[in-house]
Amino acid sequence: MKGISASPGVAIGRVFVLDRRNRRIFKTYIAEHEVESEVQRLRTAVQKAGEQIQAMLRSMPDELREHIAILETHQLMLKDSMILDKSIDMIQRKMVNAEWALDHSLNHVRRLFGHIQDTYIRERIHDVEDVVARIQDILSGTQGIPMEQHTNPVVVVAHDLSPADTIQLNRKNVLAFVTEMGSRTSHTAIIARSLGIPAVVAVAGVTKYVFTGEDIVVDGITGDIFIRPDEDIIAHYTDKQACYIQHRQAMLLQSHLPAVTADGFSVSVQANIELADELDVAIASGAEGVGLLRTEFLYVGRNDLPSEDELFQAYFECVKRMSPKPVTIRTLDVGGDKFLSSLPVSPQTNPALGLRAIRLCLKEIDLFFTQLRAIYRVSAFGKLRILFPLISGCSEIQQIKVHLNSVKEQLRAEGIPFDEDVKLGVMIEVPTAVMMADLLAKEVDFFSIGTNDLIQYSMAIDRVNEHVAHLYDPLHPGILRMIHRSAEAGRLQGIQVGMCGEMAGEPAYTPIMVGMELDEISMNADSIPKVKHIIRRCNAGLCRELVNRLLTACTSQEAREILEDFLGRYLPDERQLTHPYLCDAARH
Amino acid sequence: MSNEIHVTIENRLGLHARPAARFSQLASRFASNIRLIKDGKQVDAKSILEVLTLACPTGTRLTIAAEGPDELEALTALQVLIETGFAEYD
Repeated sequence: MKGISASPGVAIGRVFVLDRRNRRIFKTYIAEHEVESEVQRLRTAVQKAGEQIQAMLRSMPDELREHIAILETHQLMLKDSMILDKSIDMIQRKMVNAEWALDHSLNHVRRLFGHIQDTYIRERIHDVEDVVARIQDILSGTQGIPMEQHTNPVVVVAHDLSPADTIQLNRKNVLAFVTEMGSRTSHTAIIARSLGIPAVVAVAGVTKYVFTGEDIVVDGITGDIFIRPDEDIIAHYTDKQACYIQHRQAMLLQSHLPAVTADGFSVSVQANIELADELDVAIASGAEGVGLLRTEFLYVGRNDLPSEDELFQAYFECVKRMSPKPVTIRTLDVGGDKFLSSLPVSPQTNPALGLRAIRLCLKEIDLFFTQLRAIYRVSAFGKLRILFPLISGCSEIQQIKVHLNSVKEQLRAEGIPFDEDVKLGVMIEVPTAVMMADLLAKEVDFFSIGTNDLIQYSMAIDRVNEHVAHLYDPLHPGILRMIHRSAEAGRLQGIQVGMCGEMAGEPAYTPIMVGMELDEISMNADSIPKVKHIIRRCNAGLCRELVNRLLTACTSQEAREILEDFLGRYLPDERQLTHPYLCDAARH
Repeated sequence: MSNEIHVTIENRLGLHARPAARFSQLASRFASNIRLIKDGKQVDAKSILEVLTLACPTGTRLTIAAEGPDELEALTALQVLIETGFAEYD
């Protein structure tokens, strides 16, 4: 079976199926003289549940300390009047068993939460469900997650894992996670990656095919899983596991070293981040700066716009913690796939081509000024650059510069210090920006090629549309030529050229980045050690030849064959890093 | 007799899980009956679930009403918690 690889690594072991959906709660009427003892039974179970959570809090490994708040919230929910008092009341008035009374209280809370508009708060219902399930497990004598008792480590297979499930599983006993739900960005995936445990998500129907105690092989690199594997498969994956572990240790040891090719070409490898919380992981992975700080997070999930001071605080936090390494702040990019309740725009039939990103900022000028003022104020405290999204040509950058001058004048008049020489850059993601790259390069200090939108706009493909998504291809020769053209225009003008799209974080494409002579590439933190490793194994001269050959390719298929030939010939030992790409390509 | 105060939620994410937890936790330490009121809707301030269902994004104006032996103490403590942005930068 196959799913999405969510955290790399190979695991071979026994299955433990964690399935809460099959819990059956029966309604039982109790006699009047039993009411008191039933209430006591519930209180004892709640008490025990509290002790269990307390024990987990005490044994929480350091890597997960930031998630402690989830369990502390569970402690409060456990004794909440809406759960405990309501259930006791139900036992007393309706003379039913504690399990049923709890179910009734939970359904009441579910109804109330269902009306909450804020998704973050509404999803806390899963925490309430977790807490109630824990009490019910104690009442019924079954243990929800008896992982603590498992002496042998297991592969946890589940329909879905809540954040609380994932963090409370004793990680020493978990070899891997396999779930039916989830994506690369779901909580299980993020935690699995931070713990270095292999995980495969989105494996349809897996809980129906596998039972607790059976053998399983999980390949978190490719997303393959094998239930009841034969000896050959086990032997093959035992080898693969050993290679992977050796490989990863070598990579992590070197992640702080600069990424320089065998023949001396160096690339600055940086991190794409959204929250200051991600900085620790980025720095630990060897990021040489933040190549893309997405700022949309500061705006979504609220009814008003953030103030200048709030933005200042958020940017300051990142710049301070990253110092002396640079942070590239991208101005607000909403309107395409993210929308703000604080700034309603009339419905657009095609939002990707509508009022979004820089267009929205240039129209709602207060929105733009607040960001620019906050960014310039932070510039006095560390090294930062500003990146403008969705630039289609020189006129936008000229308009932006007029506004920048007003902002600087304001700050000077107010006596607020700032860096006069903040570097300005544009995203290269609209096809006309590629065509104008030679002239744009005279207006700005750096380019950042955003491949996700560049591919979508230039190939006229909506990635979310299942009928055409398979045509989306970074190896389309037209795309490679656009990247090449932009990089060359920047180089001729002597400005820095980088890439921050998904393509930048894919190790199989790294030789192309080197061959295009990009100055910097920015990606999710977990790709950084892999990409740095590949760069060190590359020879820039050979990579330039690779690019020259790719530029002559007629079709994506031809380009793919040229790349695979290169990887097989010059990077055969790095197959485990480039292999997921090869598997994806095979699926196309 | 009961006392009440008016407050505005100013931390960035509003009364989200963590601030709501701290709020109901602190409220629970007082003997008084404490209610949280938003647009005429009242909930028990000691119940994290009820506080969450009130859904208070940043900028929400709330009334806190307390009645009991330590009502003034309770109101002062809760007011300080809210005004200091729940003593955390979130």
